[in-house]
Amino acid sequence: MKNTDLPLLEARGVTISYSGNAAVKDVSLAIYEKKITAIIGPSGCGKSTLLRSLNRMNDFIDNVTQEGQILYRNSDLYGADVDPVEVRLRIGMVFQRPNPFPKSIFRNVAWGPTINRLPGDINVRVERALKQAALWNEVKDRLDDSALNLSGGQQQRLCIARALAMEPEVILMDEPCSALDPVSTARIEDLMYELKQNYTIVIVTHNMQQASRVSDYTAFLESGRLIEYGDTDEVFTRPKQKRTEDYVTGRFG
Amino acid sequence: MTALAASRTRWGEVILRQLFFFCALISVLTTITVIGILAVETFSFFQEVAVTEFFFGTEWRPLLEPKAYGILPLLAGTMLIVVGSSLVALPIGLACAVYLSEYASQRSRHIVKPILEILAGIPTVVYGYFALTFVTPGLRQVFDDVQIFNAASAAIVVGIMVLPMVASLCDDALRSVPGSLREGAYSVGATSFEVTARVVVPAALSGIFAAFVLAVSRAIGETMAVTLAAGATPNLTLNPLESIQTMTAYMVQVSLGDTPSGGLAYKTLFAVASVLFTITLAMNLLANKVMRKFQEVYD
Repeated sequence: MKNTDLPLLEARGVTISYSGNAAVKDVSLAIYEKKITAIIGPSGCGKSTLLRSLNRMNDFIDNVTQEGQILYRNSDLYGADVDPVEVRLRIGMVFQRPNPFPKSIFRNVAWGPTINRLPGDINVRVERALKQAALWNEVKDRLDDSALNLSGGQQQRLCIARALAMEPEVILMDEPCSALDPVSTARIEDLMYELKQNYTIVIVTHNMQQASRVSDYTAFLESGRLIEYGDTDEVFTRPKQKRTEDYVTGRFG
Repeated sequence: MTALAASRTRWGEVILRQLFFFCALISVLTTITVIGILAVETFSFFQEVAVTEFFFGTEWRPLLEPKAYGILPLLAGTMLIVVGSSLVALPIGLACAVYLSEYASQRSRHIVKPILEILAGIPTVVYGYFALTFVTPGLRQVFDDVQIFNAASAAIVVGIMVLPMVASLCDDALRSVPGSLREGAYSVGATSFEVTARVVVPAALSGIFAAFVLAVSRAIGETMAVTLAAGATPNLTLNPLESIQTMTAYMVQVSLGDTPSGGLAYKTLFAVASVLFTITLAMNLLANKVMRKFQEVYD
């Protein structure tokens, strides 16, 4: 990897265990600003767990223990004086299954900025977020409809808009297309390309084509260990590890 | 005869089938009989007492002269208990459920939940004596003119009595809200309280409402504690510190006394029971309807 910039987020020797069983083992990984980093690997390899540690979403799971350090702009994300709410204001997340609130489309997007009293006109903010998420044209005439009436692909873009409305620095995406059809998936991939201009994106996926299409860097995890990490082109065309080659060529997984 | 015809009659199957049908029939027949008797006796009551007197009369004195058959004092007494117990049970029950579902660790959940269930298993007569010997003296320390038998003390213990039910049903409603919704809320920088108060509780609202309705319905039908602690004075009042009589307590009074069967006083029992039954039935139907609506949302 040739990037010499300071990483925005960095995992150093991170081990995460559920009730003593390590799901992520001694992973060190740097995430760079305004790039898309993909984390790939077979099911159960710990990629979601690793992703969730980057904005402290594992805090809500009982019996999780974590060793090692996660640094955000060189300061410890898990430091004693760190407020996890502040962490999530800067590091947003989109989940595997669309999870809009059972509220109107408008209020789904406006909810985060409102409770956190973000400055500016909320209408402007909601419109901007929906436009960035390429959903505005489809919903602009029915902002007061329930979000639950949207299709799965629209709901997921709404969830992306919800994350964007907070104007975070980083957006974590946990298999954002796994519940979507190919058309919706293509739209969200295009969207990620757009968003890269302004945001740092980390995406977990088990779809290798997706990782190779959208990401700048790719990390390959297997059984909780980081097997290989580098430029996406290299990981897919000239992998250094035999295991990576087997996986990206579809020999297993 | 075809090859697949039964080679013999399976008598065991037939008998069991009939047995199960009979058991199901018992509960249906019981309900029908109860409704039938209530209807017949209530009808014959209204042959002797005007409907308007019954529903709008402000005095209830069916056993003493001069007789009066206005049910309003009993309804008011029941309402005092319902409102008072709701003030205790609904907020505390919901708060308890919020704690159990949103804040408690597995460990404390495993401790608190069984204790709540024990609370639900205490016989209501024990609550009645608890009201009489503990709550009322306590109230007397605080307020000046508290009568020995009073609505407030009964309402408080009825509230404690239905609290486990409210907590448990609200807990179910809150826990049926998918975890992904909470994660979505946390991911935009919400605090635990914001997630609970502005996402989880609203999403569970119809389940919570159904729990409230069932609690009210139970408070209306509650008998033993109010008979012991609230008194036997049909009293059209809104003052909870006075002695009152609820519909249920009146029915106990008549059943225990030497009221001859067949007389008008005896028939009041059925008229009051009909009113009670209609109210609780309506509440339960309402709760059911709300519940069903709530199940549709996240199936």
